[in-house]
Amino acid sequence: MRANTWAGRNKVEVRDVPDPRILNKRDAVVRITSTAICGSDLHLVDGYVPTMQDGDVMGHEFMGEVVEVGPDVAAERLRVGDRVVVPFPIACGACNACAAELYSCCENTNPNAGIAEKMFGHPVAGIFGYSHLTGGFAGGQAQYARVPFADVGPLKIESDLADEQVLFLSDILPTGYMGAEMCDIQPSDVVAVWGAGPVGQFAMDSARVLGAAKVIAIDKEPYRLEMAERAGHIPVNFEEVDVRSRLLELTGGRGPDKCIDAVGLEATHGSAHIATYDRVKQAVRAESDRPHVLRQAIMSCRSGGVVSVIGVYGGLLDKFPAGAWMNRSLTLRTGQCHVQRYMKPLLGRIEGGELDPTRIITHTLPLEEAERGFELFKNKEDHCEKVVLKP
Amino acid sequence: MELTATTTIRRPATEVYAFWRDLENLPTFMAHLQEVRATGDRTSRWVADAPFGKDIAWDAEILEERPGEKISWRSAADADVPNAGTVRFTPAPDGISTEVHIALVYDIPGGTIGKAVAKYFGEEPHQQLDDDLRRLKQVMETGEVVRSDGAPWGKRAREEFPQRPAQPLSDAELAKGAGR
Ligand SMILES: NC(=O)c1ccc[n+]([C@@H]2O[C@H](COP(=O)([O-])OP(=O)(O)OC[C@H]3O[C@@H](n4cnc5c(N)ncnc54)[C@H](O)[C@@H]3O)[C@@H](O)[C@H]2O)c1
Ligand SMILES: [Zn+2]
Ligand SMILES: [Zn+2]
Repeated sequence: MRANTWAGRNKVEVRDVPDPRILNKRDAVVRITSTAICGSDLHLVDGYVPTMQDGDVMGHEFMGEVVEVGPDVAAERLRVGDRVVVPFPIACGACNACAAELYSCCENTNPNAGIAEKMFGHPVAGIFGYSHLTGGFAGGQAQYARVPFADVGPLKIESDLADEQVLFLSDILPTGYMGAEMCDIQPSDVVAVWGAGPVGQFAMDSARVLGAAKVIAIDKEPYRLEMAERAGHIPVNFEEVDVRSRLLELTGGRGPDKCIDAVGLEATHGSAHIATYDRVKQAVRAESDRPHVLRQAIMSCRSGGVVSVIGVYGGLLDKFPAGAWMNRSLTLRTGQCHVQRYMKPLLGRIEGGELDPTRIITHTLPLEEAERGFELFKNKEDHCEKVVLKP
Repeated sequence: MELTATTTIRRPATEVYAFWRDLENLPTFMAHLQEVRATGDRTSRWVADAPFGKDIAWDAEILEERPGEKISWRSAADADVPNAGTVRFTPAPDGISTEVHIALVYDIPGGTIGKAVAKYFGEEPHQQLDDDLRRLKQVMETGEVVRSDGAPWGKRAREEFPQRPAQPLSDAELAKGAGR
């Protein structure tokens, strides 16, 4: 089959690879009808998440049709012909983490748990197409994918909703929603979201759906800010204004009640001085992450507020504003999304018309053009917000 | 050499104990074992996997068994690599899960066998046992050792990095792996 693969730092390549097979008894093989490129893929391609290898099949946002099931997949759960959306964390459904609905921390699905444990203190779940640190699972930017624990994760789509309406249940819609949910939003809350990428856009929509009084979008790309504005959110361009002053202005000096970091470890910075400091440290590996947004969110948040982090961090960072965090009673919440927890309820919100995931799709390309898709998305060319690939 | 490791398994102690007490199950998750065969009520014959030292086999005897709580064993006096072990099963505070605590003692000899065993354990010998218990947990909680494309061979997954790429296996690789 054809698949988009990692071909070294800053390089992806669509190649011929073998077709996937059943390896475990609860696997399924899915013929992929739609898949997408995610901001997390950029971290992998840019080389900020370690343990990628030449030839790794990329992609963790995909859906399609079940073409084969392992012998231990019960027919009432899943059968050949079912149309499914596959959640990006692989979860067993039987361990203590899964019992607590902490699916992205599943204790059983990462065969390389020993390595993850060394880096993170405790292991994390397996993830499709997301380095060997999270298991070395082939991803979904391909014609087919093997899906382990197919009787646990995949969500069956039984209505006639288009792929584009449900594809993002695999990751970014639940992720944005979890970012907002972790904020414990009250009707009087002003919520600021850093990053108007796909994840940020869905965090904003979710904050609105959960009842926020006002939602602020912070980014530097005018077209992304316009997209947020069209959806009813208030744009702030961090290259044009001082973010902190603008946020104070928009909140009567209080600061946003809840702050969401939907940018993560590759944030860019308005201030050249600090940006250079972190870039240099990152380059010499003294610091693996550039935490501009995390710092700014903590400094901006009102006392007693919540800083919710869904942007990905990979390792170590420097100059963490612990004083602000501690002395002003802030709550810091975070996680790789526990997608399985949110798929069904969010499908309901899509069907009910409360959320429209299609609003962020700007490009649909054949899988063969994955490389161009990565370029467009990464370099923000042609007003690119989200790329859907068709195998 | 003394090694200890521990894990928590979301199954009742009686069940985890019963799985372990059937010693023939041990090779499904312990990487250094190829086969364990019961030869009597409390005696068994253990065969090591090649990297642990080719053609090593030994007899072992259960010294103590307390159903649902504890099993201790020891190799027979003439073993090439004299070893002994104890595994304890205790209820976790959640009232559902079981804590498994294992302690193994190896008396590593000199010569080629000693070298093979030392090489097998490498610089971080406890890592092996941690991985063994992770696989025990996978088997007890999910029914199988979990495989990925990067680490497709279950308990033989522990080759150091780089692994094979995270892309599906070819027919040739599958055929070769099936015989391993
Ligand atoms: N937690 C999870 O489970 C999960 C799931 C999916 C994605 N993610 C992460 O979410 C993040 C966003 O993903 P995406 O797909 O939207 O990516 P993206 O790269 O399209 O979006 C990031 C946006 O942040 C903006 N940005 C950069 N620096 C900024 C700054 N200092 N202030 C404000 N905005 C800034 C960029 O201009 C860009 O528009 C990534 O880190 C991704 O890895 C996390
Ligand atoms: Zn993603
Ligand atoms: Zn689990």
